[in-house]
Formats: sequence, C-alpha cells, structure tokens
Amino acid sequence: MSAQSVNTTTAGRVRAMPADLQGDLSNRARVERAMQSFALEYGSLTAFRLESCIHCGICADACHYYIATEDPQYTPILKVEPFKQAYKRESGPYAVFFKLFGLKRRVSADELENWQHLLYDSCNMCGRCSLICPMGINISELIEQTRHAMFDAGLAPAELYAKAKHQQHSGQPEASKEPYRDMLLAIGRQYKVEIPMDKDQAEVMLCVPRTDIEHYPKSVAALARVMQHLGVSCTFRSDGLVAENYGYYAGGREWQRKISMRLINEALACHAKTLIVPECGHAYTALRWEAAELYGKPLPFRVRHVTEYLAGQLQTGRLKLRKAGNGAVTFHDPCQLVRKGGVMDAPRQLMQALGLDLHELENNKAFSFCCGGGGGVLDIQRAAPLRYRAMESKLREVDDSGAQTFLTSCSDCRATFDDAKAHFNWEQTPHSLLELVADNLG
Amino acid sequence: MELLEFARGPALKVALVVFCFGVLWRLVGTVLLRYHRHLSEPRDGYFKAFMLGLLVGGSRSWPHKQYIKRTGYGEALGYAYHIGLFIVILFFAPHVLFIKSLFGVSWPTLPSGIVTIIAVLTFTLLLAVLFRRLAHRVLRRLSNFDDYFSWFVTTLVIVTGLMATAHFGARYETLLAWHILSFDLLLIWYPFGKLMHAFYIFPSRIINGYFLARKGAPS
Ligand code: SF4
Ligand code: SF4
Repeated sequence: MSAQSVNTTTAGRVRAMPADLQGDLSNRARVERAMQSFALEYGSLTAFRLESCIHCGICADACHYYIATEDPQYTPILKVEPFKQAYKRESGPYAVFFKLFGLKRRVSADELENWQHLLYDSCNMCGRCSLICPMGINISELIEQTRHAMFDAGLAPAELYAKAKHQQHSGQPEASKEPYRDMLLAIGRQYKVEIPMDKDQAEVMLCVPRTDIEHYPKSVAALARVMQHLGVSCTFRSDGLVAENYGYYAGGREWQRKISMRLINEALACHAKTLIVPECGHAYTALRWEAAELYGKPLPFRVRHVTEYLAGQLQTGRLKLRKAGNGAVTFHDPCQLVRKGGVMDAPRQLMQALGLDLHELENNKAFSFCCGGGGGVLDIQRAAPLRYRAMESKLREVDDSGAQTFLTSCSDCRATFDDAKAHFNWEQTPHSLLELVADNLG
Repeated sequence: MELLEFARGPALKVALVVFCFGVLWRLVGTVLLRYHRHLSEPRDGYFKAFMLGLLVGGSRSWPHKQYIKRTGYGEALGYAYHIGLFIVILFFAPHVLFIKSLFGVSWPTLPSGIVTIIAVLTFTLLLAVLFRRLAHRVLRRLSNFDDYFSWFVTTLVIVTGLMATAHFGARYETLLAWHILSFDLLLIWYPFGKLMHAFYIFPSRIINGYFLARKGAPS
C-alpha cells in the first residue's frame, strides 16, 4: 500500500515525499479522478477563494509548520496548488487563456503524490491561516476540498484511509478487544456511574470520542456523571457511539456522510432534541457544521459541544459548581472548537464558575496554535517528527504561562499533548475540563 | 498616424474595451457558478452573520495584532506603494484632465512637484517590492508569471510617466505616447492577472467573514 514517490521532474518544486496509494490505478486514472472531484467542488464561493490570491505570502506567517521550519513549501496557500492549478486551467473564466499560453500546467499524478505530505502530514486544517489572509481567503476550507480530491484519487495517508474505511462499515475506526458498547458499560461499573444505553426516548443523545474509550475512561464517566447530576434524560446509542469522523480527516465525502448518518439516525431514533458532542474538536466540526450539509436538510435536533451545553446549564442555574483549588491554570483552545466552531466563551465560563485562576496562553482563543495533532495528523506515523517540531512553540507557551494545571476540552488535543509529554519528557500533563467539572459538581 | 494619437486613440479604446469586458467576464464567471445552501443552524442568525461579514470587508485591512510582528514589514510596504499609486493616479493634474476628457468629471489636484516626488518614492518602493519577492523564500516560491508581469506593467507606467514628466530620453510627445501605451497594456492585462484583486478583495473578505460569523467564530 505504501510507495515511495521519487519523480520530481513533472511534480514541480515540492520535494518528493513518501506517499501512500490506494487501489491499483494508473497515473492517468488518478489524475482523472482528482479532476472529477475538483469539478464537484467548483462553485461560486470556492471560485472567489481560488481567484483572489495575490501571492503575498502572508499566510505562511500564521502556520506553525512554516514558523517552525521556515520551509516555504509549508505556505498554506501552496498546499492547495493542485486545486488552484486545476481550476485555473480547466474551469476558471480564463481557462482557455491559461491553457493556450501554458500559464498553468496540467496537474500530474506525481504532483498529487507529492502533495500528500503537504495536504495531510503538514496541515491540521486548523484555520489559523484563514484569519490572516488580507484577501479573506478561507484557506483551510480549500485544504479540506483538496483532500476530497486526494481521497478520490486513492491518495490518502494509509492510516486515515484504513480508519475511515473501518469506521464507515463498522462504526468503529478500528477493531477493539470488546465492542465499544461493552467497554462503555465496563467504564460505568469501574467508576460507579450509570451509563444510559439504548433508551428509546431521550432528550439528549450522547456520544464519545474513541480516544476517551481507549485512553481516558475517566472522561467517559465524567460525561455520564454530569448528565446524571443534571437529571436530564439522555442516552448513548450502541449503533452511534463514536464521535470522531475519519471520513472527514481522510477526505472521503461519502464515508464522512455515512459516518455522520449513523449518529443522525440514532438521534432520530431516540427522538433526541440535542446531540451532545463530547470533548472532541473535529467531531464538533463534522456534526455541528457539516452533518446537515451531508444529510441534505437541516438537522431536526440541536448539536452542542459539551462545554456549550454545560455553560448553558450554568446560566439557567441547573448546574452549580464548587470552587476547584487555588493554583494557576492555563487552557488550550482546540482549533475546531474556537476558530472553526465559535466555541470560545463556554469553557471560560465553566472555568470561572470553578473559580480557576486562568492564565491565558500567549496565543489564545482565535489565535491559539494547533496542538499539532488535528486534521488526523496524530494518526499519521511518518508525520511525527515534523509534528514534534511544529508543536514545540505551543509547549513553550504552556510552560511560559506559569500555570500548574493545563486544561483543554478535546481528547485528541489531549492525546497529542500526552504523546509530546512522553517524547519530550515534558513536565506538564494535559487534563480534561469536563473531568474537572465532574469532580466539582455542587 | 502619430504614435501619440495611436496611443490615446484606437489603442486606448481597444484597451478600455478589453478591460471592461475582461473584468466583467471574470466577475461573471466567478459569481454565476453554482451555490449550495448552507443547512447547519447558524449560531446567532443570518442577519448578525451578514453584518459581521460586511465588517470583515473593512477590518481585514488591518492585521490582527497577534500576527503583526511577523507580517508588519511586508504589509507596510504593500500599503505604502498602493497609497503612492493612488496619489499619483488621482491627484496629478494631467491625469485628472485625462479623466475629465474621458468621463467629464474632475477634482482638485496636487502640485506636480509633490506628485513627482511621490512617484519617485513609489517607484523606489516598487523596486523594494520586487527585491523582496525575489529574496523572500516564501514569495519566491509562490511567484509565477502573473506576479512578475503584473509588477512589470505597473512599474512601466510609473517609469514612463516619470520620463515624460522629466522630458527624459526622447521627444515629449513620444514619451507621453509610451506612457499611455504602457497604461493601455496595463488595462489589457488587468482582467487576466492578479491586478483583478481590486475587484475581489471586498467580496472575498465579506464571504469569509460571513461564514466565520455564521459559526460565531472570530473573524
Ligand atoms: S490550516 Fe493550520 S496547519 Fe493548515 S495550513 Fe493553515 S495554519 Fe497551517
Ligand atoms: S495570505 Fe491570502 S492572498 Fe496572501 S498568499 Fe496567502 S492565500 Fe494568497
């Protein structure tokens, strides 16, 4: 499945990088599939984004991959060059002109292969670049669209492809010792909390990051405990347990839809009015902002991140919290929640209610740097060395905050920081805000 | 026909036609592609998102302070030569006369000595911009024919304009003809390359601003 791409002659000026290939397709077929995929993405909004770039290079200064390496190939807009190239040559208002004068080369299979590194290994789809562009181009949206074409051309990283494939047919990104349903019930027994499962009727449907099931069971228990405390009728559904969407990471539109539909169907089946997304950033993007588009109509229930939901309960007075210690804390804003999702105040309201002495990171809220694991990068083995480089400044910011406790509200960010802790012998330990809430219910 | 007559007669007419139809075609080709409705529930309703989007049209002119340390120099350079170009184009007496002859409208002008100084400064800034494009690793990596040719046509207009003002290198009429011809060239190139950003900048910012605001995300 893995192949080393070595030909750079037609691939332009991006270094050849190892690329994973799916399927036994000819180069021509891969390019054709990518082109068909691009064609599906062309619309007016996309065209505005693709037409507007003035090559000012400013977006590089927002991206932690460029900042850490000073390697120009990590310039955000360059990561979508095949898409831009295809649009200008095949579909833009002056496509004829671009073709005739050879101003845009035909996208080649080598080029696509080489871009795998730029579109996946070195992009967290974190959206920091989209806030800096003076032309207002939403570069991370373009990256997501370009990933679609890569997936269609059989050029997704092996780990993301395999997990997306597994999840779209089984509901789990990978096989587990026991089904997740049983693991969840076992977590309930271990932490002595009732795990509501498969109720026919519930006001709220819950789901969990598989990262929590596998690595942070206390977070699963915390979610159940907080809901029990609130006395809200809620349920997990064994056919729609996993919050993450590997179709979204890999760029497989249809698989992303299938994975989202599991949760949508389960929420419909139990007549839920609200679907709570647990501490998982990408799940929030996939369910809150993209699921309705894939469903084809507005969702008949609300989608809320658990911190948003709990902040709402604070406001109505249903949730009361005890003060949780005196030390300084700092908080990492998960990109998909804050910059791409608009969840910025809710975690801070919870921290305030907990009486925490919050020391903000140097780059916080909308300008927070990604943990480095987003966009599926944490799963891509070969990306680890670059990821460690890109996240060093983030770790420094946490150290410089002077906080004794480091909180976040995304289990993938947490797993990325835990991995960095092991790699760098880092002294900080990332903790879950939800767990802290559950430990201090008033 | 004298070169000057050609430059401000048929050549200008052709250039203006190419410019108008070219710009229109490119804009229409962008606007008239398909749209799909966004179906997710907006955080604070559509109206607020739209108003915030409009705001981003202007606010993106100034970088967020978190970025400015890294981007300030390039942005200052960009601003400086754009302002220089605007002053020279809009406040040089012969330009205003030229615009009046075309469209019948005019406005006060600046003394030609001041405009000349600004034009020299603008030319120097354009050289700095080119140098930076060649020297900066990101800009060099991103740049293509469009970037260099757009720089070339813009700078050519300034250089020929300065030569004509200084009566340097040839007869005044010839220099003026070159200046107008270079402007004709700029008009012809305009719709095809990045100079079009003047038309894209606000819609593009507003669209991005709207979609971020729709999610309640900072923009
Ligand atoms: S989305 Fe984030 S990681 Fe990707 S190019 Fe932009 S700033 Fe870099
Ligand atoms: S900041 Fe925007 S306009 Fe400038 S190079 Fe990047 S995408 Fe293009």
